[in-house]
Amino acid sequence: MTETFASYSLIAVYSAMAIYTIAFVLFAVDLARRSAESGDAAEASATGLTAASTRIASVVSSSVGGSTAGSTATLTTDSVAGSGSAAPHGGSPKYLRLAVAMTVIAWVLHVGAVVLRGVAASRVPWANMFEFTLTATALIIGVFLVVQFWQDLRFLGAFIIGFALIALGVGTSNFYVDVVPLPPALQSAWLVIHVFVASLSTGFFALAAGLSIVQLMQSRRETGKALKLRFLDTLPATDRLETLAYRLAVVGFVMWTFTLMAGAIWAERAWGRYWGWDTKEVWTFIIWTIYAGYIHARATRGWRGSRSAWLAIVGLAAIVFNFTVVNLFFKGLHSYSGL
Amino acid sequence: MAQGKIQQPKLGFVGYARFFWRQLTSMRTALFLLLLLAVGAIPGSLVPQVSSDPNGVIAYRRNNPDTAAILDFFQVFNTFTSVWFSAIYLLLFISLIGCVLPRTKHHFDALRARPPKTPARLSRLDGFTTRTTEADTTSTLEAAHRVLRSQRYRTEFYGDSISAERGYLRETGNLVFHSALVGVLVAVGIGGGFGYTGQRVVVEGYAFSNSLASFDSFNPGRFFTDQALDPFAVALDSFEPVYEQSNRQAIGQPVDYTANVTTTLRGEDPQSEQIKVNAPLSVAGTNIYLLGNGYAPVLTVRDADDKVVSSQPTACLPFDSNLGSTCIIKIPDGLDQQLGMLGFLYPTTGTLESGALVSVYPDLISPTLTLEVYQGDLGLDNGQGTNAYALNTDELEQIAGRDSEAQTVKLTPGDRVDLPNNLGSVELASIPRFASLEVHHDPSQVPVLLFSILVLIGLVTSLFVPRRRMWVSARTDDTGTTTIEYAALARGDDPNLEAAVADFADRHSQQLKVRVDS
Repeated sequence: MTETFASYSLIAVYSAMAIYTIAFVLFAVDLARRSAESGDAAEASATGLTAASTRIASVVSSSVGGSTAGSTATLTTDSVAGSGSAAPHGGSPKYLRLAVAMTVIAWVLHVGAVVLRGVAASRVPWANMFEFTLTATALIIGVFLVVQFWQDLRFLGAFIIGFALIALGVGTSNFYVDVVPLPPALQSAWLVIHVFVASLSTGFFALAAGLSIVQLMQSRRETGKALKLRFLDTLPATDRLETLAYRLAVVGFVMWTFTLMAGAIWAERAWGRYWGWDTKEVWTFIIWTIYAGYIHARATRGWRGSRSAWLAIVGLAAIVFNFTVVNLFFKGLHSYSGL
Repeated sequence: MAQGKIQQPKLGFVGYARFFWRQLTSMRTALFLLLLLAVGAIPGSLVPQVSSDPNGVIAYRRNNPDTAAILDFFQVFNTFTSVWFSAIYLLLFISLIGCVLPRTKHHFDALRARPPKTPARLSRLDGFTTRTTEADTTSTLEAAHRVLRSQRYRTEFYGDSISAERGYLRETGNLVFHSALVGVLVAVGIGGGFGYTGQRVVVEGYAFSNSLASFDSFNPGRFFTDQALDPFAVALDSFEPVYEQSNRQAIGQPVDYTANVTTTLRGEDPQSEQIKVNAPLSVAGTNIYLLGNGYAPVLTVRDADDKVVSSQPTACLPFDSNLGSTCIIKIPDGLDQQLGMLGFLYPTTGTLESGALVSVYPDLISPTLTLEVYQGDLGLDNGQGTNAYALNTDELEQIAGRDSEAQTVKLTPGDRVDLPNNLGSVELASIPRFASLEVHHDPSQVPVLLFSILVLIGLVTSLFVPRRRMWVSARTDDTGTTTIEYAALARGDDPNLEAAVADFADRHSQQLKVRVDS
């Protein structure tokens, strides 16, 4: 039974990867299309910004309309602050819609793979490197999809899907291990909580890093340095990108703080001390410090903008390093890679 | 005016002290120290640490003596207690305190202050919006006041306008976050000093007491005194491992470890308890953890006259996942010569193609103990401490094993083999298990946990509670129409500011409508 479910899980993840690849290509095509159409879209400035303020405008006008009806008092909306001329965006282009649709289909398969792996193992599917990779990528893409309800960040699709595809590729080909039971040290409710929240925060940090990368590219353009990426015309301006990255990173930071504390509580139960500067603990601390620095950087003169953006990127790099190099090559208590 | 030299004010001692204090408590310095802390922690993960991996440090020193000398100079083997790392975090915390104290005072004042005067031109502010109503100025403002109060704004009337502010909790949270971080550091520094950690290997059927002499290794905190050791004894009745048997990919992988123990507090009845890997045993405020296990074969050594010289268990260090283990047995007294034995224990014995033995399963199914026997000087008599888990063969001569005439001694339980040179005999009497237990008392745990929870609460409120000012101003013209202006100002990151103003204006209109209707 175990092996059957595990093999179904693998089939599901391979299928998901195939569809993610299509989605990745479509997201890339969309970026190319943006380059081609950037001339027309230049006035429409930031898609995210316009979409957001359009929403506010519509909410305001509809509710005001509702309250006016049938009342003697006249209440009129004179202006909606800052909305400017909400440039009508002729719906989202078909490549983008198709790319998101493909991502959703692939993600459903991906989540199916995670669930099947969990059923196969009769436990949470995040107890070795392969399973971490499988689950964490599902969470990263899940966060990416859910965040779209808040802000239109579909322009990050190529980055996020590309990132997840590489991780899944390495995970399935280099980290794969068969289902094995949990060693006694991992038999704890904290495995469910600590690892899950850590993986979830990665989703937010990945998006923040993606936005920061775009921010740096955008900032080069805005300072006049020729960057022949015309699709940047259609993306939000640097300050907007910075704000969005900050809001996502802050959510990730709270989760990371929780991860660190939950890990300490678990370490006390399993290893007899809550903090012992084990290599993984050191890197969790380093990452926490980097993001703490990132948050403070925004309030520090001379650090706002590109410098803080670099910190968000370094932060994600440290997370990837912590997950790969530290797990595989550093000696420590967190040696659960199964490799 | 156009003098060549720039006149700088002279700074006295106090002036310089102020200058450095300003520098230290500035955000730039704090940020620099924070990032330096991250960079400074990296060496601690690259090089084995005395605290977390003492054997790794020993191995590193042996393999790279030259680099080790340099690393020693920079205290890299003790990165997290090193002078330079401590300097970074202490400066950071001083900077933090220097920043938090004035802010606390400022915030305390702000909590008692009235919201600031309404700006003259609201149209310049965020979320500016206007509505008109037939209601008069007073009732308009009264309604606005009610809505503001219901949204937990602090309000103040200024002429025909209301100034309101909310979200003081944001700054409170921020201050709680930073103060709680200081709390964590202090709790670790002071509380940790009163704690201790002791390790002890206990063989089935044996017991140990929580006293200094009975630990194999002991790490006291800075302020530790002997009285801190709670008087209790722990006996290991049995150790029960469970190994995977059905999953073909994981045969022999440990699934569960249980140490069945009997604890005795002074003056109380013995209690039967269990210790598991994720479930330490708490005895009188002290926790006992199960950290490792293995086999401790009992080797009975007899002299040439068949008199038992030694018969006690020796804990063997596992070197692979199937508990193939190395056993070092030393017999300093009772025989004509001092005897040292280097043993290998295979709990379930298999044979490689080369003929070498190997353990194929961690449980005790078909055990074999091989012994290479040495005679000579064990080096125990010169008063220097020696490692019980290593055999120094410099002064020893092999009498049974690969390098001598007699073959390596091979024993299965119950076997008895005569030693060469008519020294006597060895018998493998039994193979009990041992558990490696850690006794840990850390009074900092509870305060650190409480401060950590405050850190998290403070962080969430400081990041997600919006702090904003809102102004409502009303003006009635000759026709009796009242124009209401709304605007707000974000203090800190506030993504929903404009929506909040619009929402407020709507609610206010709703209230006014109800008023006018009735």
